Order: sequence, then C-alpha cells, then structure tokens
Amino acid sequence: MTKWRIVVFLVSLLPLAAMVWGALHDRLGANPVEALSHESGSWALRFLLITLAITPLRRLTGWRKPVLLRRMLGLFSFFYACLHFLVWLWLDREFAWGGMLADIATRPYITVGFLSFLILIALALTSNMFSMRRLGLRWKGLHRLVYAAALLAILHFIWLVKADLMQPLIYLGVFVVLMLLRLPRKAVMRKPRRMVKKQAVA
Amino acid sequence: MREYRYGRIKPSEITDQQVWLKRRQLIKAGMAAGAGLLLGGANGPAMAAIAGPGNNRKISLSGESVYGRTLVPTEYEHITTYNNFYELGYGKEAPAENAAALKTRPWSIKVSGECNKPGIMDIEDILKLDQEERIYRFRCVEAWAMVVPWVGFSLGRFLKRFGPTSRAKFVEFETLYDPEHLPGQKRTVLDWPYREGLRIDEAMHPLAFMATGLYGEVLPGQNGAPLRLVVPWKYGFKSIKSIVSICFVEKQPLNSWNATAANEYGFYANVNPKVPHPRWSQERHRVLGKGVFGGKEDTLLFNGYAEEVASLYSGMDLRKYF
Ligand code: HEM
Repeated sequence: MTKWRIVVFLVSLLPLAAMVWGALHDRLGANPVEALSHESGSWALRFLLITLAITPLRRLTGWRKPVLLRRMLGLFSFFYACLHFLVWLWLDREFAWGGMLADIATRPYITVGFLSFLILIALALTSNMFSMRRLGLRWKGLHRLVYAAALLAILHFIWLVKADLMQPLIYLGVFVVLMLLRLPRKAVMRKPRRMVKKQAVA
Repeated sequence: MREYRYGRIKPSEITDQQVWLKRRQLIKAGMAAGAGLLLGGANGPAMAAIAGPGNNRKISLSGESVYGRTLVPTEYEHITTYNNFYELGYGKEAPAENAAALKTRPWSIKVSGECNKPGIMDIEDILKLDQEERIYRFRCVEAWAMVVPWVGFSLGRFLKRFGPTSRAKFVEFETLYDPEHLPGQKRTVLDWPYREGLRIDEAMHPLAFMATGLYGEVLPGQNGAPLRLVVPWKYGFKSIKSIVSICFVEKQPLNSWNATAANEYGFYANVNPKVPHPRWSQERHRVLGKGVFGGKEDTLLFNGYAEEVASLYSGMDLRKYF
C-alpha cells in the first residue's frame, strides 16, 4: 500500500509541476494568470470528483484499495483549491481586500466558489484521526458536505462561463452519474427495468 | 440636466496631458526630421509598417499615420494566439488552431440599406484602397487588453463612398455565416451570424477603423480576416470580425452579445471603469504578454480615447446606456 500511496502522491503533483514549469518557461500563453486560475480550479474540481468516484468504484468492482487513498485525494482537491484561491487573491485581485469582499458578496459565481472553498477548508481541517475520534458520529454528517462542495464548485463554473456551457455541463454529468451510482442498490436496479417496460409498450 | 459624471479631469492630469502632448509633438518632429534625412526629402515616402514575422502577405502603406506612435505593441504571437472568435472555436487558443477553416478568397462585402450607391465590393479592391497603420489600445470586456498595430483605413471615409442618406442613423455589420466550414457555428452558442452595430456618428468618427492587417501583413484568420472593424474606445466584441455585410439602417440594430445576455453586454459597450460587468469589475485590466507577475493597469474611460470621443456621448447616462 505504501508504494501505491507514493505513486498516487507523485502523480497528483504533476499538474502543479506543469503549472510551475509553464510559469518558469513562459509557456502559459498570453494570459498566464488566467491559465493558472483555470488550471488550478479545474484540478481542484477534478480531484473532488475523483474522490467522490471511489465509493462507487468499490461498489461496482469490489476493489477496496482506493478507499485508503481517498483522504489524500480529497486533500489534493483542497490543495489545488488553495492554489486557485491564492491566484485570485494575489494575481487577480492584487490583495485589494475591499474589492475582494465585495466580489464575494455581490458576484454569485464567486459567492458559491467561496462557499465551496469554506467547506473544503472545514473538511481538510477535520480529515485527521483526532477529529474523527472527537467528532464521532457528527464527523460523517460533516463530511457529507463534500457533495455540496462539489455541486457548488460546478455551479461556480456554470455561472462564470460566458456562453459555451459544454465544459461545466460535462462535470455536472459526471457528478450526477456518481450520485446515481450511490443510490441504494434497489433504487438503481428498479429504474432501468421500468424504463425498459415503458419502451416496450411504446 | 444630467451631469456628465465620469469625464472630470483632475488638474494634475491636465499637466500630464500637456507634457504628453509636447512629448508627442517632439517625437513627431524628430521622426519627420529623421525620415527627411534618411530619404533625402523625397516627397510622400511610403512609411514602413511595424514588421510582422512574415507569415502572411505584406500590405504596403500609402501614408504616415500619427495614431499611437508612443504605444508599445503587444507581441505578434500573443495577438494571434489569444482570441475570442467563437466562429473558430470557443477557447482562447481555438481560433488560431482552426484558422484554416476560414476561407478568405473569394470574398466580397455587400453594402446595402439607406444609401445612394449600394454595392458589392471585392476584397482585392478593398486592399487597393489607401492603407495606413494605426496603433491602438484594444480592451476586451473580459478585462484583458493589448496594443495592436493595425493596418487598414478609416471606416467613415469608406462608408461615405456608398452615399448614406439622412435616414442612415445606424450601421449594421455581419460576419460570415458558414456552418459547414466554421467549426464554432455548428452549435448555437450565439445566434449566428454574429452581428454588430454602431450609431452613424460613431461610425463616422475618425478613430473608427476598418482593419485589413496587423503588423504590416494581412490579418490571419483568427484575428478576423480578411476585413474587420476596430473601435478602440469600445470593448472588443464591438469590433466585429470577418465582415461580409454592411447595412445602413434607421433603427438601432441588434448586436449578438446584447441579444445573448442583455444585462451583461449593452449596445454601446464603451470602455468604462465605473460600470462593472455584473460578474467582474472593469476598473483594471491585464495587458497580455506581461507574464505571471506583470500586474494590471487602471482602465481609462473610453479606453483612454475620451479626449477624442467623449463628445459623442455628452448628456447621455453612461450607466444606462452601457
Ligand atoms: C474563494 C473561492 C474561489 C474564488 C474566488 C474563485 C474564483 C475563480 C475565478 C476568478 C475563476 C476564473 C473565471 C474566469 O476566468 O472567467 C474561476 C474559475 C474556476 N474555478 Fe474558482 N474560485 C473559487 C473556488 C473554487 C473552488 C473551491 C473550485 C473547485 C473545487 C473552483 C473551481 C473552478 C473551476 C473549475 C473554474 C473554471 C476553470 C476553467 O474555466 O477552465 N473554484 N474561479
């Protein structure tokens, strides 16, 4: 397992390496700040969805190993979200606190991104054994907020797009599929059967 | 009476302006003297344009232009790889990658509507008109900006060839519609064809420009080949690309982004730091090609062309007519 952990850890650092390399070699295009913002935001969301994919993966394949990597993957989502937030705070808003707070309060896409970020902070802070033990049953409840974090991040993406909704809708589709795969087995099984019947009638 | 709110100039700025004007005169005088020395006083020497990388056909200039001689142009590579041209794809790099899909020959522009001499003009004939270079600031509504050495001609002078009548209150422009070839038009992301419009006095303003090239060469596809509008005091989406039709009309025409999201994009779309886009501030912008730590610049009213164009809008509430 340790070997797996190290491999996944290193692979998860590749997007960061690509960003740093790109920044140092002037390979991020004409608007490197935007490129960094988009890359870090996209990877925060991708890691969040990968984290959410682990339970369905186990249910479908019975493969248990990835469950042990879930915390690390979740923390990588948080890590890229921090980077994303930092790019915005520093390179985009240039530490203009007033403008920043106004953005969070008045621009819905920032508001939901910020809410998603707050949830990720809470989850990251309580992702250790100590918190699990202390919070007991409440820990599970708290960590269910991960679904809200993902949904808010996707809403953030949908609202920031100018006209072409394709990309955020693909993420939304992945999210919905991951959620459906979590439904109690009976519900999942029943649905397709009913659909088949209807089709047969029609 | 409504007060004109944004154009107030502080005394300190006036001094600056005068210093700047003087410097500009000095530079001009210096350049003229330099050119005179070099060319032995030959009359009407063709000015050389700022040289591009030589990928495309060169355009010869027929006269000297004073516009923007003190501005530092953004690198050719950045101007031609970071574009919003949805017809060729929705990402910033997509238009450059798909530029070959835009066939610019044969190409003609139809001029119609409220004018005495409507007609169809071939692009080769348009390229034979006198061409000049103008270096303009270009400000996108997405809060980035660049400085572009355009080649082309005055829009107003071009339009006058067609004899607009007194009923021509607006000018409507249309981009090529060719969903078979233009990959972005296969989906209805915008209501194709792309359309834009100007009030007739805006169109006749000396700063309004028709570009056939940049960096001394014909426009590459991603920048709106073979002919595009350039309205430097307005957000970039007003500067419609790959034009096939110009129509003089009496009523304010529809413009595509306004039709898509009227609360975000107006008809006028004048650059204005005090009127935020609903989703982001317009107070500052990032100049392309300045690197990760290049920082941002303050956005100026009318993109810094207030002196020339503010009078077009005197008495208008720029918040309402954004
Ligand atoms: C305080 C919190 C946040 C702020 C201020 C923020 C701000 C931004 C900004 C300014 C953009 C670029 C908008 C544009 O270029 O038009 C962006 C894009 C994005 N953000 Fe965030 N964000 C926040 C939190 C998050 C979180 C927590 C996630 C994911 C878990 C996320 C995912 C994304 C994604 C996927 C994009 C789009 C990237 C693309 O266009 O390719 N953001 N965000």
